[in-house]
Amino acid sequence: MAENFTLRVNGREHTVSAEANTPLVYILRNDLKLKGTRFGCGQGNCGACTVLIDGKPVQSCDTPLWSAPGHEITTIEGLGSAEAPGRLQQAFIDEQAMQCGYCINGIVMSAEALLARTPAPTDAEIAQALERNLCRCGTHVRVLRAIKRAAGAAR
Amino acid sequence: MISPVLPQSLKTNPQLDHWVRFNADRTVTVFSGKVELGQGIVTAIAQIAAEELDVSPARLAIVPGDTRCSPNEWYTAGSQSIEVGGAAMRLACAEVRRLFVEAAACRFEVSAAELRVRDGAIELPGTDLATSYWDLAAEVSLARAATGGAPPKPSAEHAIVGKSAARRDIRAKLSGAAYVHDMELPGMVYGRVLRPPAQGARLKHLEDEAALRVLPGVVGLCVSGSFVAIAAAREEQAVAALEAARGAARWEAPPALPEPGEITAVLPALPSTRTITSSRQTPGAGAAVTRREATYSKPYIAHASIGPSCALAEFTDGKLTIWSHTQGPHHLRAQIARALGMAESEVEVVHRDGAGCYGHNGADDVALDAALLARACGRPVLLQWTREDEFAWSPCGSAMMVKLRAGLDAGNRVVEWQHEIWSHTHIKRPGWGEGVNLLAAWHMDPPLPVPPAKDMPLPTGGADRNAIPFYDFPTHEIAYNFIADMPLRVSALRTLGAYANIFAIECFLDELATGAGIDPVAFRLQHLRDERARAVIEAAAAAAGWKAGAAGDGARGMGIGFARYKNLSAYCAVVVEVEVTEKIRVTRAVAAVDAGQIVNPDGLKNQIEGGIVQAISWTLKEALQWDRERVTARRWEDYPILGFDEVPQIEVVLIDHPEQPGLGAGECAAGPTAAAVGNALWHALGVRARDLPLSPERVARAMP
Repeated sequence: MAENFTLRVNGREHTVSAEANTPLVYILRNDLKLKGTRFGCGQGNCGACTVLIDGKPVQSCDTPLWSAPGHEITTIEGLGSAEAPGRLQQAFIDEQAMQCGYCINGIVMSAEALLARTPAPTDAEIAQALERNLCRCGTHVRVLRAIKRAAGAAR
Repeated sequence: MISPVLPQSLKTNPQLDHWVRFNADRTVTVFSGKVELGQGIVTAIAQIAAEELDVSPARLAIVPGDTRCSPNEWYTAGSQSIEVGGAAMRLACAEVRRLFVEAAACRFEVSAAELRVRDGAIELPGTDLATSYWDLAAEVSLARAATGGAPPKPSAEHAIVGKSAARRDIRAKLSGAAYVHDMELPGMVYGRVLRPPAQGARLKHLEDEAALRVLPGVVGLCVSGSFVAIAAAREEQAVAALEAARGAARWEAPPALPEPGEITAVLPALPSTRTITSSRQTPGAGAAVTRREATYSKPYIAHASIGPSCALAEFTDGKLTIWSHTQGPHHLRAQIARALGMAESEVEVVHRDGAGCYGHNGADDVALDAALLARACGRPVLLQWTREDEFAWSPCGSAMMVKLRAGLDAGNRVVEWQHEIWSHTHIKRPGWGEGVNLLAAWHMDPPLPVPPAKDMPLPTGGADRNAIPFYDFPTHEIAYNFIADMPLRVSALRTLGAYANIFAIECFLDELATGAGIDPVAFRLQHLRDERARAVIEAAAAAAGWKAGAAGDGARGMGIGFARYKNLSAYCAVVVEVEVTEKIRVTRAVAAVDAGQIVNPDGLKNQIEGGIVQAISWTLKEALQWDRERVTARRWEDYPILGFDEVPQIEVVLIDHPEQPGLGAGECAAGPTAAAVGNALWHALGVRARDLPLSPERVARAMP
C-alpha cells in the first residue's frame, strides 16, 4: 500500500506517495526527477547510487523510503549543476576524470562526505573512502587526482 | 588521375548532407555513425569536423548513431572510430568546405586559394569581402556524393586537432540526466525481464498468470515461449512483479554446460576444427638448436559494466522507435525488424549513452526485450536488466588456450615459431554472420534459431587477432582449433583474442630471453626492425627506468609487454612494477603509445590509462565460473574487479606523428599490460604463471 512520505532533499521538502519499502533510488530518480543518482546493481555493492544522508554516504538502492524522512538527503544535484558545478564536480571536469561516467556521481558523493570530515585526505584515506565504489572503465587515477585537486581548492 | 580511395564509411554513405548540415542559427550539425561508449569519441570526431570546416567547436553539434539521420558506419568497435569514422568525417568536411569556398570565390570573382575560412566566415583577407557557410547555404547543395577529392588540411595547419579538448558530455553526466536510463516519455512504464534460471532452461508454464496481471501497478505481461517480461507504472512495482513472476515460473532445465574445470582441460575436450590461419616460411632461415614450448590460457571474462543494459521502446502509428546504447544502430534496426516481422523502414534506432561499453554486451538484447514488451502493453517501455542477468546472460569474452613452440638458432635468434589456439568465436554481434543474434529472439515463440558461430578472419582476426608475431621471425605457423559450440554465450569483448595472444607471446618471449640469458628489452629489439615498434619499447623502458640485467629482489619486479594492436593499429609498450606479497600488486605502470596522428591527447591518455587498469583487473582477478547449468556469478562479490586501493601510478608517454594517419588506440594497452604483469611476476619471484588470472592460488600453483 502506498503511503505519503515527506523527504528533505537538497534543502527542499518533497512529499511522495509510494510503498514504504521502495528503494530510495527509485524515488529520487522517478518521483523527484533527480536522475544524477544512478542505478547500478540494486545490491548495495557498486556505489553508483551513493547519496548523502545527514552527510554520510549511503547506497540509495538498499535504503528503504520509510527510513528517509527526518534526515537531510543530498544528491549530486545538490552539489552543483552543469552550468555551476560544485568544487568536486569542477575538479572532475578539470582533471577530465570520466570515461563512461556512470560510476562518477556515486564517487563524487563518497568524496564529498570524505572532504567534509577530512579536508586534506591522504591517498590511503581517499582509497578507503571509495572502497564501496566500483569503476569499470579504469578512470581511477584521474578520480584520485580530481579528489586531491578539490581538497587543495578547499584549503 | 588516380581516383582517391574513399574510407568505407564514405563509400557506404557518400552523400555530403548525410554528414554536414548548416543550421539557420549559424551553427553546424555533423552526423556520425560512431557512438559514445565512454571512450570520448564524440568529442574527438567533433574536433576533426570543426578543424576541417574551420568553425569553432562551440558552434558545432554532433549527432551520433541515429538511424533517422546519421550515416551507417557499421559498429563502433575494433578501435576503428578514428581510423575509419574520423577519416570519413575529415574528408566529408574538407569537401564541404571546398564547395563553399569555391562558391564564395565565384561570388567575389577571386580565386578560391585567396579566401580563408574563420569560424564559418569566408573572407578575402585585406578586404571587407566576406560571406559564410550560412549565407551561402541556399546556393550550395550538399545533396551530392563525396568524391574524396578535396585534400584535408595539412597537419601543420591544425589548430583544434592535436590539442586536448574537454569531453563534450562531462558536465551533463556529472550533474543529472545523461543516459538512456534517464529518459522519460509521456505514458512511459517500467519493464523487467524474467530470464530463464539456467542456460538451456525452457518455460513450462507460469502459475496463475492472471494473478500476475493484477499485481499493483502492472500494466502488461508478455509471455512468449520462454520469454517473460512485465511492465508496471512504477519501477519498484516492476521489480516486485518480476519477483512474483520468478516465483510463479516453472522451468525445465537440463544441464547445458560442460563440467567446470581449468580452461586448459575444458577447451581441448570440446569438438573443434583445426585450420592454419597464417603461415610463413623464409628459405634459408637458420636451423633451430634449442626449442621451447609452453601453454597459456585465459578464462571467460565478463563485460561487467557498472550500469545494467537498458533501452526505451515506443510504438507510434505502427512504427517502432528504440533508444539504445547499442554499438551498431543500423544493424540493430535490421535485426529488430527481422525479429518482430516488421519492415526495416518501420523501425528507428537512436543511440543514447549507456554505461561503459567494452564490446558486445546486453545493449542490443535489451532493445528487443523493450520492443516486445512495448508491443504487448501498448505503452512506451523503459526496460532495464538486473545485475544478476548482466552476469548470467550478457555475452562474455571467449576463453582461450594458446600453445607456443619456438626454436632458436645458435645466435639466439628465433627461427621457428608455432602458435596454436583453442577458442570459440570472438564475435557474435547482431548483424555479424547469419541470422538474428538477439537473446529474446531465441527464447520467444516461435524462436529464431541461434545462428552458427563464425569468427572474424585475419588480417584483423578474432581468436587469432595478434596471433601472428609482429617480430621479424623468418617462419611462423598459426593454427586455430575453432570450437563452434559456445556453452557459455560469447561475443566481442575489448581486443577479442589479442589480449590472450599478446599475453602468451610476450610472456613466452621473456621465457626465451631468460633461457638465452638476454635482457627482455634487448631480446625484443634484436627481433624488431620496425622503427615505430622499437621507439615505443625504448620510450617505455626509458620512462620506467628499465635497467638491463637488474635482478628482482624476491618481492618486487619489473616486466615489459609490447604489441601493435591487430598488427595494424596503434603501437603500445607497457612496463609495470609489481610487489608480490600474498597477492600481486601492480604499483606502477608506464606506457608508450604511437597512435599516429593524435586528435585529442588527453582523451587518448584517458583511454590508455583505462585500458591498463581494466587489463590489470582482468589479469589479476577475473574469471567467470560456471556449473552444469549456468554462469554462477550473480553479484559483484562473485566477480570482483580492481578497486581504488589496488590501482597503480600510471604514466603515459604519447609519441605523436601528426603527419601519419590516426591509428586505433582504444584497445592497444590491454595485451601488453597483461604480459608486463606476468613478466614482472617472473622478475620478482622467478615464477612463470601461464594461466590467467594471476590470482594468489594460481601463482602458488606455478611455484617451482
